[in-house]
Amino acid sequence: MKLIIGFIVLWPLIGFLFNGLGRNIWNKKVIAYKATGYIVMSFIFSILTFLNVQSKGAITVHYFDFINTAGFKIPFDLKVDALSSLFLLVITGVGSLIHLYSTAYMKDEEAPHYARYFAYLNLFVFSMLLLVLGDNYVIMFIGWEGVGLCSYLLIGYWFTNATYNYAAKKAFIMNRIGDLGFLLAIFWLIVKLGTVSYGSVLTAESLAKLSTTDITAITLLLFVGAMGKSAQIPLYTWLPDAMAGPTPVSALIHAATMVTAGIYMITRSNILFSASELTQHVVAIVGISTALLAATIAIKQNDIKKVLAYSTVSQLGYMFLGLGVGAYSGAVFHVITHAFFKALLFLGAGSVIHAMHHEQDIRKMGGLKSKLPITHITFLIGCIAIAGVPPFSGFFSKDEILAAAFAKNPIYWGLGVIGAAMTAFYMFRLYATTFLGQFRGTDEQAHHLHESPSAMTLPLILLAVASAIAGAIGIPALMGGNHWLSHQLVPIIGETKEVALSHSTEWALMGASVGIAISTLLIAINRYKRQADEVPQTALGKFLYNKWYVDELYNAVIVQPLNRFAGFLKEVIEKNIIDGAVNGTGKIVQYSARKIRLVQNGQVGYYILFIVLGIIVLFLCWFNDITITRFFTNLIK
Amino acid sequence: MLLLSTLCIPFIAAIILLFVKHNEKANYVAIASSGVTMALAFNIAYNGAANFDADWILSINARFVLSVDGLAKILVLLTGISFPAILIATSKNEIKNRNQFLSLMLFTQTGLLGVFLAGDALLFYFFWELALIPVYFLCSIWGGEKRIAITFKFFIYTFLGSLFMLIGIILVYSNTPDHSFLIESFKHASLTNGQQLAAFALFFTAFAIKMPIFPLHTWQPDAYEQSPTAVTMVLSAVMVKMGLYGVIRWLMPLFPAAFASHEKFVVVLSLIGVIYASFIAIRQDDVKRLIAYSSIAHIGLMSAAIFTNTTVGMQGVFIQLFSHGINVLGLWIIADVIEQQTGTRSMNTLGGLAKKQPTLAILLVGFAFANIALPLTNAFVGEFLMFNAIFQFNPWMAAFAGVSVVLAAIYTLNMVQKVAYGNVSDATNLMQAPNKSAQFVLIVLLSIVFVTGVYPQVLFNITSDTLQQLFVK
Repeated sequence: MKLIIGFIVLWPLIGFLFNGLGRNIWNKKVIAYKATGYIVMSFIFSILTFLNVQSKGAITVHYFDFINTAGFKIPFDLKVDALSSLFLLVITGVGSLIHLYSTAYMKDEEAPHYARYFAYLNLFVFSMLLLVLGDNYVIMFIGWEGVGLCSYLLIGYWFTNATYNYAAKKAFIMNRIGDLGFLLAIFWLIVKLGTVSYGSVLTAESLAKLSTTDITAITLLLFVGAMGKSAQIPLYTWLPDAMAGPTPVSALIHAATMVTAGIYMITRSNILFSASELTQHVVAIVGISTALLAATIAIKQNDIKKVLAYSTVSQLGYMFLGLGVGAYSGAVFHVITHAFFKALLFLGAGSVIHAMHHEQDIRKMGGLKSKLPITHITFLIGCIAIAGVPPFSGFFSKDEILAAAFAKNPIYWGLGVIGAAMTAFYMFRLYATTFLGQFRGTDEQAHHLHESPSAMTLPLILLAVASAIAGAIGIPALMGGNHWLSHQLVPIIGETKEVALSHSTEWALMGASVGIAISTLLIAINRYKRQADEVPQTALGKFLYNKWYVDELYNAVIVQPLNRFAGFLKEVIEKNIIDGAVNGTGKIVQYSARKIRLVQNGQVGYYILFIVLGIIVLFLCWFNDITITRFFTNLIK
Repeated sequence: MLLLSTLCIPFIAAIILLFVKHNEKANYVAIASSGVTMALAFNIAYNGAANFDADWILSINARFVLSVDGLAKILVLLTGISFPAILIATSKNEIKNRNQFLSLMLFTQTGLLGVFLAGDALLFYFFWELALIPVYFLCSIWGGEKRIAITFKFFIYTFLGSLFMLIGIILVYSNTPDHSFLIESFKHASLTNGQQLAAFALFFTAFAIKMPIFPLHTWQPDAYEQSPTAVTMVLSAVMVKMGLYGVIRWLMPLFPAAFASHEKFVVVLSLIGVIYASFIAIRQDDVKRLIAYSSIAHIGLMSAAIFTNTTVGMQGVFIQLFSHGINVLGLWIIADVIEQQTGTRSMNTLGGLAKKQPTLAILLVGFAFANIALPLTNAFVGEFLMFNAIFQFNPWMAAFAGVSVVLAAIYTLNMVQKVAYGNVSDATNLMQAPNKSAQFVLIVLLSIVFVTGVYPQVLFNITSDTLQQLFVK
């Protein structure tokens, strides 16, 4: 098993080195086969590992000591258990499909850049696997920053475009702010417990050693890390900008996998989070606020990828709501279903963009239904899944979170349902504007409209099937299912407490949310099936269209003042005060040298005067030798 | 004898070079000499070496003692690797009177190795100055436009520091039981509290200027900017380590009480410097000045970690002394190649390197991420341990220092964006064929970055014994 687990991680790394070092050597066919092949290998090994965990339970393997010095040890251990083996399947499974899709989507790139793209993508999968497989927080952190690096490289993949570079830099820097929180949490654990391995940290004994303050501080700091990586308020603004990257990247990194790392981290540490009431409230409130904020913005966006990006932020908010109310299995469930339908939607959007020759504005689309039949039907399935219409997958996972939220506090549920209604609305606004009605693009675009090649449609079809049926892994007892997923996760999160709601309440809640979702989606279809949105005229419309002016606010309140502060340090403090003092000292020395030089004026009388003065001073010293010695000794003491 | 020959090889080669007028041959001599020194350095680092002890100045009982511990080993290794890297990477540059230039470089190397190996305080002082004087000539003869004024300031500033140290040495010497300059005797000197404090202050001033610690740092960006880049590389990869080395090897064991009572003061001062330098780095347009301020920030962090007086922090510093040298060397070499080929260091006039010279751009991105301590690069290990130590010392200070993690990302990625990305600028368009020798060196250095980043145990093994001795009391 040690080798198999090792190679799950190594295949993508080999792929990275192969294409990264051979970018000027291989032709595009070799690059595509190798890059996709390595991820498929990793997927196969993941399945083997998953089956092994199913039959024999969790395994931890030790490779070497990453740090072992000064009484301080961080082993390089990998662990597969119920949680990480599930993530493995999602990452390598969806990853394989997106690699396959990319081989066609990126085919216009020149070979060296094609190789660069796949090298980055392979490196991303490597880092993501490290993140979920690590057996301690430091290995997780290695993967954590590694995925940040790959995200940076891929957002800025078209590096001659300055806007894209800014987006890439912004993503990395905002993530770094979160990473700082994560790092401080790690240090806190080390100081208090002397270890960061899950096996020793996440136990009742360790919990007993930590005070309430410790636990709250550690979990809040970890959550700061999660905010950055999983794009929650206030660190979410990088994710919409990250859409500058190639669309398959948005699907893999900024929808299906990387952005769910925060959910993985908290689920992994659930024993700590459950021990702090305060942190749980913070997580739930941040989650639901993000879900609502992003949903309102998504309603007014016209860029097909931006709508999906805000939708991702919003859905991540739901997952954090789930974590905050203790529905860990519900959050993981939503991670899985979301990975399928959001990857599907992004790849569908990519197929549309591909057909439209890089047009992303949905107001210039319309009527694509007949021209792109496979893209259309799969995209529709994705929309239905995310809107929460039964029996598609999104319904089950979202409902589980909402039910748990109701049990904790009905207000959470109410807000969650409002968010779900908005989700249904903006998704079907997107769907109707893009696929229904008349084509609104140029004649030339109309002429070239075509369905994408099979390397792109095959992943769409597979993901559509998954989006439709993935709910089966978590059918609640209420509906006669046995919720396979929550049984799976028992070793990680313990027995899920039965939601203390009567069956009739549960049915009622479910009926209400489904009813609201379906009626709003019908409204959206009806409204947008003929015409696209106008440029917003109302104040509220403009406010939402401009994303609540949050970027402008950050710029005015944080970026500009810090920039000015740096300028002040550079121009005033450094140049005038500190270096000024140094140069001033030099000038004083030179000045006094110039003045004292005048003493030596060549007149013998002066010299004699100074000789006499000197002798007098010497005599005084001699007579007062003891006094002077004392003076100096005192000085030194 | 191994230690003595390590010192003698660059010294003899430096003298020979004075008579080799032919440029190519001079290059060969210098590179060969530094190559042999590197081999010896590896040998010392991994196999150790016996002490060397001989009479030196009998009248005052100063001895020529060379000895090596884990700390010295890691710095000897760094010096050993740096010089061939620098000499090969800059071997294509136009330099007048190349043989004299190279000769002075090797004299500097002799001085540096001497500083790290000296086991006698006077000898330490001797080498300390020996390393500085050739640098003075290198900068004032081969430097940039403002070289005379800047080099003068740099020389006076650091020389003043050295004088303080000399006074400190004499003060301790006169209180040693056997009137000897040996480090062991110095440790047993009977100093009153006041004397210890005074000696601490005198030594510390010298080291603080050399590192430099805020606010004694202003000589450095100017000196880095005006020096010929090969010399800048020596200064920032190796020479600034003299200050940190001095603190660990001399200051800490000699004046434990004064050291302990000043921990907080120096940690705070150093951390202010870290944040301060990071902020200033954000506003730089000149690549060399940006790297200079970034380097000040990194050194400040090391200084803070030393003064936390913890084993973990010290281990972090040991690793980082080496890693910082490798990383900053990589950045300087890239900056130098760009300046040699475009004639500018202004980031606003650069851009599009990734299109013009992809390999160099990839290397730049590699070193940039090492500079911001991305995990699995060498700097992560050191910074992780050092931040951990600062957190143990005081969590709030760690949070404050942690801001530099974000600031480093800002200025480093700014540089990458302006230099490597975007469309090819007019200046970048001047870049001709890639500089193969520089790229070769960069690739080797980048391999070191990743090897020591993934498996830092190769460096821990060198230092672990010394680390234990330092803290066993």
